[in-house]
Amino acid sequence: MGWAIAVHGGAGDISRSLPHERRQPREEALRHCLQIGIKALQSNLSPLDVVELVVRELENIPHFNAGRGSVLTSKGTVEMEASIMDGNTMRCGAVSGLTTVLNAVSLARLVMEKTPHIYLAFDGAEQFAREQGVEIVDSSHFITPENVERLKLAKEANRVQIDYNAQPIQNDTKKEAPCANGDSQIGTVGCVAVDCHGNLASATSTGGLVNKMAGRIGDTPVIGAGTYANELCAVSATGKGESIIRGTVARDVAALMEFKGLSLKEAADCVVHERTPKGTVGLIAVSAAGEVAMPFNTTGMFRGCATEDGHLEVAIWSDAEI
Amino acid sequence: MGWAIALHGGAGDIPLSLPLESRQPREEALRRCLQIGVEALKAKKPSLDVVELVVRELENIPQFNAGKGSVLTNKGTVEMEASIMDGSTKNCGAVSGLKTVVNAVSLARLVMEKTPHVYLAFDGAEEFAKEQGIETADSSHFITAENVERLKQANEAHRVQLDYTQPLQNGSKEERPNANGDVQLGTVGCVSVDSYGNLAAATSTGGLVNKRVGRIGDSPIIGAGTYASELCAVSCTGKGEAILCATVARDVAAMMEFKGVPLEEAASYVIHECMPKGTAGLVAVSAAGEVAMPYNTTGMFRACATEDGYSEVAIWSAS
Repeated sequence: MGWAIAVHGGAGDISRSLPHERRQPREEALRHCLQIGIKALQSNLSPLDVVELVVRELENIPHFNAGRGSVLTSKGTVEMEASIMDGNTMRCGAVSGLTTVLNAVSLARLVMEKTPHIYLAFDGAEQFAREQGVEIVDSSHFITPENVERLKLAKEANRVQIDYNAQPIQNDTKKEAPCANGDSQIGTVGCVAVDCHGNLASATSTGGLVNKMAGRIGDTPVIGAGTYANELCAVSATGKGESIIRGTVARDVAALMEFKGLSLKEAADCVVHERTPKGTVGLIAVSAAGEVAMPFNTTGMFRGCATEDGHLEVAIWSDAEI
Repeated sequence: MGWAIALHGGAGDIPLSLPLESRQPREEALRRCLQIGVEALKAKKPSLDVVELVVRELENIPQFNAGKGSVLTNKGTVEMEASIMDGSTKNCGAVSGLKTVVNAVSLARLVMEKTPHVYLAFDGAEEFAKEQGIETADSSHFITAENVERLKQANEAHRVQLDYTQPLQNGSKEERPNANGDVQLGTVGCVSVDSYGNLAAATSTGGLVNKRVGRIGDSPIIGAGTYASELCAVSCTGKGEAILCATVARDVAAMMEFKGVPLEEAASYVIHECMPKGTAGLVAVSAAGEVAMPYNTTGMFRACATEDGYSEVAIWSAS
């Protein structure tokens, strides 16, 4: 046993030729957030507190697609969403369509703790945020020049993209816009944690898909899709939201453990490599026993993990090439 | 094998003393919707079409909490939601926060078929509805006198209620006529397996009486209120929050898939062993043409039919 924590900053087609100046700040950020989570676990904070804390930190980092740095809708606006789940009690909270709330994950937790509901969205969620006095800012705070550029590219290519889209723009010239190859590498954020008593929690937060239709909801706020936690494991998924919803990814990892007796690693691998289309998903998961799994079927996934026995890792691509 | 269909008009604390004038129109409606579904299946329509057709019908009936007859938010408005799923492809569509769309289930299907997305909500969903030219109506079309009364009661009782309300929780034993007679309505849903073995599920609702504006329940959530795979199709009803945490619809299918248990056992287990009493019911069919309709509430408005000629319309349990 022992505590364990895993974080992610998104899975997708992260080119292995990602320039250093794109790679380093994100690895730094993951390391930084991981440390915050580790210290919190060492101070005996509950996993629910830990995942909220870490995801807040990730939301505040503009390099990741959540909170500040969220990708833009087809209207050039932000619509942020998040969810959180406590494995002990199976209580959960979720929010969608936020435009001014600084930390979506914290509002999700307030929905869970301060209302008889689980999921609030759009105007109703924004109103609730004001009632609760959570920190709100002008929408422009969340919008970064990189994301304005990403949206422009996506519109030119006429497609909705996962925020990773390193494929060259689909026109005849082999010309690659700098962004398409170098600067598209951002994604949903998430954190899962287990303490030394086996208590589990999970949280996920995102701005969604570049150029998404206004009002589009992805997997991140959908319990059982992007986030899930029970007494066996805690899971946070990332990738193509639509595929994750169809595949009820987070719930399926736990269900395979529960109904088929698979180990965490087997269950996570099965869901990612055998049950979801290639190039669409990654996830992080921890078990009550303190194990960690971080499979992905995309080119890469920004991730990090640590366990009480001293193991610590931050990575982007597969183990063979850190 | 053979086709099978099941539908529901909501599970909840439906008192056994429900007056005839509240009971009869609902049973009639269930019977009528069942017939529509049965005819469609006999005409070899695919399950996806069947469930959409039947749920549209249920949405149009003011006695059920979906479409016309949707319960009201704390601001006296309607916010309707629905989802639909095709078991063969796992394609799905969902919508929330609709104010003017006459048939939420059809908009959910359009999201699935005409966008790269699965789920659209609130203003974005309404905009999409306009683009698609789907039938809309003024909000007042959906609001019924009974629901205005239900909201008033809920406000007085200071609570958010499942649309089935127990007598008001105050000191007096006084039961308002409405508390006992007319609160019996709920989420609607339909599941079917067609002659080709294709499964589909759809669910639609107005949500909880006096819910906060912006509150989303289980009905539009794939894996919670609606799910379909190659093994079964499930549509749930009851207390949305409980169904959401427990991923009820997915769990029924997961038990079948990962544990190999048959439909009846999986459905019964999830409802009776995993859900707090008084919170949930579901209808489900399997690829093999079996039907299950468990609930842990006082009753559930439901109906089912199978190709071998069996059919049933019921509210409470057989015994």
